Amino acid sequence: MTILLEVRGLHKSFGGVIATKNVSLDVMEGEVHAIIGPNGAGKTTLISQLCGEQFPDAGKVRFNGRDITKASGPARAKMGIARSFQITTVFQDMTLLENVALAAQAHDGHSFHFWRNANSEPEINRQAMERLKEVGLEAKAMTLSREVSHGEHRQLEIAMALATEPKMLLLDEPMAGMGSEESQRMIEILQRFKGQKTMLLVEHDMDAVFALADRISVLVYGEIIATDTPDAIRDNEAVKRAYLGEEA
Amino acid sequence: MRTSNFLTPKWLFSVALLLLLAVTPILSDIFDQAFYLSIATRILILTIAAISLNFILGYGGMISLGHAAFIGIGAYCVGIPIYHDYSSGWLHIFLAITVSALFALITGAISLRTKGVHFIMITMAFAQMAFFLFLSMDEYGGDDGLTIWYDSEFFSGIDIDNPTTFYYICFVSLILVMYLYHRLVASRFGRVIRGAKSNEKRMQALGYSTYNYRLVAYVISGAVCGYAGALMGNYTNFISPDMMGWTRSGELIFMVVLGGTATAFGPVFGVLSFLVLEEMLPNVMDMIHDGAGFYWHLPFGLILLFVVLFVRGGISGFLDRLGKR
Ligand SMILES: Nc1ncnc2c1ncn2[C@@H]1O[C@H](COP(=O)(O)OP(=O)(O)O)[C@@H](O)[C@H]1O
Ligand SMILES: [Mg+2]
Repeated sequence: MTILLEVRGLHKSFGGVIATKNVSLDVMEGEVHAIIGPNGAGKTTLISQLCGEQFPDAGKVRFNGRDITKASGPARAKMGIARSFQITTVFQDMTLLENVALAAQAHDGHSFHFWRNANSEPEINRQAMERLKEVGLEAKAMTLSREVSHGEHRQLEIAMALATEPKMLLLDEPMAGMGSEESQRMIEILQRFKGQKTMLLVEHDMDAVFALADRISVLVYGEIIATDTPDAIRDNEAVKRAYLGEEA
Repeated sequence: MRTSNFLTPKWLFSVALLLLLAVTPILSDIFDQAFYLSIATRILILTIAAISLNFILGYGGMISLGHAAFIGIGAYCVGIPIYHDYSSGWLHIFLAITVSALFALITGAISLRTKGVHFIMITMAFAQMAFFLFLSMDEYGGDDGLTIWYDSEFFSGIDIDNPTTFYYICFVSLILVMYLYHRLVASRFGRVIRGAKSNEKRMQALGYSTYNYRLVAYVISGAVCGYAGALMGNYTNFISPDMMGWTRSGELIFMVVLGGTATAFGPVFGVLSFLVLEEMLPNVMDMIHDGAGFYWHLPFGLILLFVVLFVRGGISGFLDRLGKR
């Protein structure tokens, strides 16, 4: 197996708070790699540094064999890194279809097309519709984004990330704020991509993590204290003490 | 869900308004009021400028407080060549568009690196720089301004000195600019501009270098506004740096907000009501109480404030709600 994402000695602090502390991590091609850890452990900050929204104080990030430590967010997206956001980040005034089409359009060359009506481009709409189907939202394609439920927003987040046809998905708590039924649906959606898409999955929902992950890294106070298979993590004493103990 | 765009009060009102504008020269002829034609011409020209501002401000979230500079630059691109006896209108339009676009490129490249209040202040600062530049050019009148002794010349046989001819040039220009922006808003490019206003973080995560798209939008806006300036130069026949003052830019923003931002007809409504109020208010107040017209700015300001604060979506939004009842 080849390493798709390689993180070495990543470090970031905000004033006195160390959000990322000497993090090293390998994500294999095709793997679902989960990151768990209590609130404030630095999971979102880590994702932000992987997708180029924030930059580390020290350390290196390599993706697909290239050093991307200094690459901008848009540049990394073009290389095939897509992320979803913990706090829903969609285009509220657009229909669901247009949201996903805007993502698909990003993958289809530059967007300096000034004349043709983007809403009536069959190929982009077809791709967008397919992504919506994959997350079970095709019936709401023509609904404005601000009119759908929280759970549907979370599904839309996934569809948008998928629409850029990424090599790797960085998912920041895709089940955040969902009820158990909605979470279950989200697990099923993600399960369909398991093995096809490399995923870095940040999640609080332990059912989801154990259902999806090939390997799990545990992040506490910005530091990875263990990386192992789900079964091994479940039995890891240090992890139990630091994290699972208080959850279970 | 989407509803049909046709036969709503707003749509009917907009079409009626355009038809009215289309026949204004005939009406002003019938009623023998050349004055109306003059105001209507001014409305058309400023609407072109307001549309160009609306695209970046309304759809793109870029609040430029320097757009009057483009009008001024466009007007001087008529005035200066004519002062040197270069009378070709094609040359004037070419200059107005390219110089404005260039000014937008340089100032936009810098100001678009900032956000929010900083962007507003920097666009204003650049416009003030243009203002002082023209103020210092004594050859072209400095702060006394520059009289344009004759109009741009296009084909022989077309005399844009004739108010009706000039009016229709402005009218056709407006229709073309409206159509241009109609296409632009719906295009892939327009979608990116709208997306960047709505959610920049997401756009960058999708792979869009939002800065580049904004800059192009800003340059297009500057160019179109410069074209409006070239028309304005021919309209007023007298230009001065005052055209570029920041209060002028502020008025333009007011017009856009008044009409309703990020709508196709908002700028038409906004400019029209702004200029009509400006013309009528002093007279109406004088009728109520002789001499009161002198203080027309006070109720004018209050009316504008009222609409901006309490009428969500401006005039366009008001008409939308009328349709939903
Ligand atoms: N922009 C920021 N400025 C200052 N502190 C921050 C910033 N972003 C995150 N932090 C701090 O870094 C720590 C990690 O936050 P975060 O990555 O959001 O954690 P998680 O996603 O695991 O809940 C927290 O203590 C948080 O307060
Ligand atoms: Mg988080």
